[in-house]
Amino acid sequence: MKQEFTITVYTENQIGLLNRIAIIFTRRKINIDSLNTSPTEVDTVHRFTIVINETEDVVRKLCRQIEKQVEVLKAYYNTNDEIIWQEMALYKVPTDVIAEKAKVERLLRERGARVVAIRQDYTVFETSGHREEIEGLIKALEQYSLIEFVRTARIAIIKDSKGFHAKLKEFESEQPAEELVENEFLNQQDKVFSM
Amino acid sequence: METLELIKEETTASKVENISGSEAVMRALIAEGVETIFGYPGGAIMPIYDALFDHDETLKHILVRHEQGAIHAAQGFARTSGKTGVVFATSGPGATNLVTGLADAQIDSTPVVCITGQVFAHLLGTDAFQETDVINITTPITKWNYQVTDANEIPSALAKAFYIASSGRPGPVLIDITKNAQVQKFDFAGYKKCDHIRSYRPKPIVRKEYIEEAAKLINEAKKPFVLFGQGIILGQAENEFKAFIEKAGIPSAWTILGLSALPTDHPLNVGMLGMHGNYGPNVLTNECDVLIAIGMRFDDRVTGRLDKYAKQAKIIHLDIDPAEIDKNVKATVPVWGDCKETLPLLTELVDRKEHKEWLQKFREHTKQEEEIVIEKEMHPSGEEMSMAEVVDVLNELTGGNAVIVTDVGQHQMVGCRYAKFNQSKSNVTSGGLGTMGFGLPAAIGAKYGAPEREVVAIIGDGGFQMTLQEMGTIMQYGAAVKILILNNNFLGMVRQWQELFNAKRYSFVDIQSPDFVTIAKGYGIEGKSINSRKDLKAALQQMLDHKGSYLLEVMVGKENNVFPMVPQGCSVAEIRLK
Repeated sequence: MKQEFTITVYTENQIGLLNRIAIIFTRRKINIDSLNTSPTEVDTVHRFTIVINETEDVVRKLCRQIEKQVEVLKAYYNTNDEIIWQEMALYKVPTDVIAEKAKVERLLRERGARVVAIRQDYTVFETSGHREEIEGLIKALEQYSLIEFVRTARIAIIKDSKGFHAKLKEFESEQPAEELVENEFLNQQDKVFSM
Repeated sequence: METLELIKEETTASKVENISGSEAVMRALIAEGVETIFGYPGGAIMPIYDALFDHDETLKHILVRHEQGAIHAAQGFARTSGKTGVVFATSGPGATNLVTGLADAQIDSTPVVCITGQVFAHLLGTDAFQETDVINITTPITKWNYQVTDANEIPSALAKAFYIASSGRPGPVLIDITKNAQVQKFDFAGYKKCDHIRSYRPKPIVRKEYIEEAAKLINEAKKPFVLFGQGIILGQAENEFKAFIEKAGIPSAWTILGLSALPTDHPLNVGMLGMHGNYGPNVLTNECDVLIAIGMRFDDRVTGRLDKYAKQAKIIHLDIDPAEIDKNVKATVPVWGDCKETLPLLTELVDRKEHKEWLQKFREHTKQEEEIVIEKEMHPSGEEMSMAEVVDVLNELTGGNAVIVTDVGQHQMVGCRYAKFNQSKSNVTSGGLGTMGFGLPAAIGAKYGAPEREVVAIIGDGGFQMTLQEMGTIMQYGAAVKILILNNNFLGMVRQWQELFNAKRYSFVDIQSPDFVTIAKGYGIEGKSINSRKDLKAALQQMLDHKGSYLLEVMVGKENNVFPMVPQGCSVAEIRLK
């Protein structure tokens, strides 16, 4: 069954790597719903957050193909209940509509929208949250002459992640430690011994 | 204290040399033990060629006739020598001509390092003369690629290139060097080989518990069956492999790239897998109880219809590349790691067994195949010669000691089915990509990779015409490659499919050939064409006895088909004998 998965990829910061990762999806004609690149808590390590809608089997294979790339340190995939995630959006609305209509003001207040810029002709608001919350506000604002809208990619933190500092140490050591579990899904894969 | 530091600084300083980026490329190649380079010069790689001019005694450069020839030659070199092949090409068309070879090396896991020239860094993205975005074009078909725009990066980029190309699951690497970096002088502090990249783990860690689990399955098995691929050859684990199957007494079948890892006449060698493989291995894949796949990737030409593939069996999959496990066939027990390490561990835990009855089943199937297919192929009743009988006589004359290079098509299937091999690294073919035109240039490279060995390139009339210009390379450098053209005056494999599946609608497979012997003569290569069985043995002997390169064209039956055959979309058990 297809569902939303968030793939977190820890990488070196290397030109061309975005393409190398992207073509793993495009080659298989898989649409990327959202993609974000970001620094991490570790100085030299970068992270990609990719959202796709696929079956777990496909996502697992994709992660292995991603991890196979030389400059990729690690790729994880998670369902939505295993992560904390946010998206951010900006909305441009005519200033006079907000000034005149108390309803709009209330709506923005209820949705926790913050003003980023006010001009005579328009005002820009910002919200962050899950996709549904953002989409809800667009819908509501549409009837009040929403001029422009933009949403960011998803950023996500894996709930049980301990960060990448310790992991990186393992990668840096020439000889991997005995207890290093290279591909931890093996441990979760209870189907392995299916006799 | 101060004096000490001063001395230290001086010694380092004396080691630092101010050299050009191009010279650094030469130093790197020499340090990596490279002796042979296949290449073709051009504007953007001229500084590198200029530096090469001073090293022509250490670095032998083979000037090919087309860059595709260079990379196929490098592949052939890598396959017979076990070393990394090296290619030089210029920017733009020079680099794009490498694309087919890169894709071929990628899918067949061949270690190759390509160095391409690129326009000056300040011209990147301006549509400059002979500028193409080589890095992005080659990203999906390289294990790794990198663009160097500053000479200071050259030593480390090349060190990484050689390390990545040859370690773990090998593959092609491309380094694109802008012209300014080639001419730029910089302080070269010596070349250090790369042996670790933190984000790259060439070998997964061997997990003992999986070895134990695999051994348990094998020990309980009544009908175990081994499938082996090129992983054995790439891992140089031929002996470890033999020790394993001999102790456990398991019949073993090979993929087209695994061919020659186990001698043909080994009692446990039961033949070839896949679409045109042997009868027993295909049928019994769906009867075995434990399937042990070693260094192979369950290509669709091997598995046929996946949902009917070995469903009854427990699958043990040994591979160095974690991405291969469960990719096509779900493994019951995955054994990740270099088979050179995992096989001895497994051998230690398996019981010594013979599986006589089970092996006998393979023999019975072989007998059936011999009666229905092989006998007719080896001794055709008509006047027309068959490809198989040519290969059979060749076996007799070489004793199975030659390197056999094949192109792609019917002759490739026949060559692989019938050629005999006594030693590893003897079969060079384009397996995954199926690149017509691979044969001749790959044979040239194979000869440089194993100069003391006889190299016979079996090529069809179609594929030969794709890269026959490389006879010019043979002419110039004298590689003693024996070219055996099996000419059926057709693009035979496609014609076979058209016959079987398209109601004999022979759409554009009727290919005309020039007089190959005359063309060879033009290149200073002696040759002969025969169309009669009585001349076959003598002609083959003459070809093998000839000191230099030689071309023998054998006219074979026009409409012969390769059987057995697993039709596309069918299960391996539905293999047809006729």
